[in-house]
Amino acid sequence: MDWQFVFSQALTQAIGPTMLVYALGAIGLNLQFGYTGLLNFGQAAFAAMGAYGLALGVVAWGLPFWWAVVIGLGAACVMALLLGIPTLRLRADYLAIVTIAAAEIVRRLARATVWADTTGGSDGMRGFSEPFFALIPWDRESTWTLLFVSMDSGRLAVDFGIFELQYSYRDTWIMVVGWALVLFFTGIMALLIHSPWGRVLKGIREDEEAVRSLGKNVFAFKMQALVLGGIIGAVAGFLFALSRANVQPDTFTTDFTFYFYVVLILGGAARIFGPVLGAALFWFLYNILSQGLSQAIRADVIPPSVLDSTQVGPLVFLLLGLGMVLLLIFRPQGLIGNKKELLFDVR
Amino acid sequence: MSDKETKAGKTAAGAALAGVPPEPGAPKQDAILSATGVRRAFGGLVAVDVEHVEIQRGTITALIGPNGAGKTTFFNLLTGFDRPSKGSWEFDGRRADRMRSYQVARAGMVRTFQLTKALTRMTVLDNMLIGAADQVGERMWAGLFPGLWKKQEAENQERALALLERFKLIEKREHYAGELSGGQRKLLEMARALMLEPKMIMLDEPMAGVNPALKQSLLEHIKDLREDGMTVLFVEHDMDMVHEIADWVAVMAAGQLITEGTPDQISADQRVIDAYLGAHHDAAQH
Ligand SMILES: Nc1ncnc2c1ncn2[C@@H]1O[C@H](COP(=O)(O)OP(=O)(O)OP(=O)(O)O)[C@@H](O)[C@H]1O
Ligand SMILES: [Mg+2]
Repeated sequence: MDWQFVFSQALTQAIGPTMLVYALGAIGLNLQFGYTGLLNFGQAAFAAMGAYGLALGVVAWGLPFWWAVVIGLGAACVMALLLGIPTLRLRADYLAIVTIAAAEIVRRLARATVWADTTGGSDGMRGFSEPFFALIPWDRESTWTLLFVSMDSGRLAVDFGIFELQYSYRDTWIMVVGWALVLFFTGIMALLIHSPWGRVLKGIREDEEAVRSLGKNVFAFKMQALVLGGIIGAVAGFLFALSRANVQPDTFTTDFTFYFYVVLILGGAARIFGPVLGAALFWFLYNILSQGLSQAIRADVIPPSVLDSTQVGPLVFLLLGLGMVLLLIFRPQGLIGNKKELLFDVR
Repeated sequence: MSDKETKAGKTAAGAALAGVPPEPGAPKQDAILSATGVRRAFGGLVAVDVEHVEIQRGTITALIGPNGAGKTTFFNLLTGFDRPSKGSWEFDGRRADRMRSYQVARAGMVRTFQLTKALTRMTVLDNMLIGAADQVGERMWAGLFPGLWKKQEAENQERALALLERFKLIEKREHYAGELSGGQRKLLEMARALMLEPKMIMLDEPMAGVNPALKQSLLEHIKDLREDGMTVLFVEHDMDMVHEIADWVAVMAAGQLITEGTPDQISADQRVIDAYLGAHHDAAQH
């Protein structure tokens, strides 16, 4: 069995397009949950706003790509306002309930048959990503080598000797844009969190009554965090849709939101680089387990009587779930979290 | 602050209250806070039912009363943390009963909590800085441009450090507020409230759990606030403490304002003794 291949694949994924989607979604969630203490269980729906905004804009309404992007961002904004206005004055759990319900409503609306002519119903939509890939500044014939990085007919390869990472023409572009976005939003977060604005958010997370008694309009701060986090969720949705070149309603289930939470908690909530590290680790572990097990079955290292290839998926999730439980017991602060902060009682 | 100045503030407060009769709801020369018909019921229980009360500007007023008298509830109502069943009040010439809690604080009436609310996972210094009013960097977009608020932040930090020095918390400035003791949290909360530079500060049992030596210096701080022209309203159970710093005392029992007066008048008032004994009597029966 080819361990080198398994490892190369997992590494490729650990910094690849899907990981970037998780990282972006978790950056938004980090602002909401990590810093402000808002329980947004509908991040998948914010991603769906981005993804469907883009797809509908380009395909159904024939708008230019950038206008469709604006629609996606606007839709996320509107959703944040709609969910926030009735709930943000109430106790924290109300937002949780409302967002989880709203996410399900969004998914059901997207797969509804009433307007399936426009949205594609449960099949979703495709054909909106061409303008994005038309932006690729190098052509399919590009070939060059720089130290251990090389491009061969538009495909990117990074050769570490033992491992080799390979990305298709399109994935390479997704990664260029995706990493730029991740760094951009991480930078924005770093600035905001270390500003007085960020300090108020952290205060709200600790005790919003206390912050109110100091003359801060807590509702407005929470709303800003919800909207900005939701917009970053929509950007994750753009990248998700573009990397798959389609949108499908059933990819935006609550599971998707929970992966964002897993990523955030794994990396360390309320840490600037928590989402990025968490996303890389999560997606690396997921891939090394599923690739490793599949390879082991193929190579007959694991006999079919013990495990067959259709059982790999569920088993991987079982193992990741177990890992998550162990993490919460032995390292509740996540990879780079601050253990000391967890020691204080938070009411 | 010199002794002479200290006397000046106290004398002024004394003079302002000189002619005021020791009766509940007595009108004051220059009331910073004036409340009428404030009532709050929890189901069948009337926690607060105050007909009229005025607080003289620039004085230290103590609010006393047995446990469950409604003092904290009255604080909550005045500061917008609870809504009255009915009633209205003015603060510093502005109608304040419709204001939200953060608007009350911005108008200049800042309160502390009986059960302290330290922001535990933030440093002591951050707890202080978050108190400062009108921060440019608290606008989301401005957060992205540190150049816009760095100067103001440095000024606030200077003020915060001076206050922490005064409240003997300077050594703890980089510690998490969650690492502080109960008494230290009381001190932090009071210092944090002062970061807003309020016109009136409302302290709910600020001395509870503070050691005697520090209590003495806290009393001096509170007297200094009066010299700075601030109005102080505080809840306290220790009558010695009340005698030492209060210019005026308001007494609540069973939700009502039963009397007002100077500390000496209050100690001699039979209604007050009855209220406390009554409460003890009730408690003994349970
Ligand atoms: N949220 C609430 N729900 C129901 N009853 C309440 C509530 N808050 C206060 N009360 C009741 O209102 C009355 C007044 O309570 P309050 O806390 O104002 O008393 P207090 O004068 O501050 O007492 P203490 O000196 O013990 O702090 C009490 O009988 C209390 O049980
Ligand atoms: Mg009380």
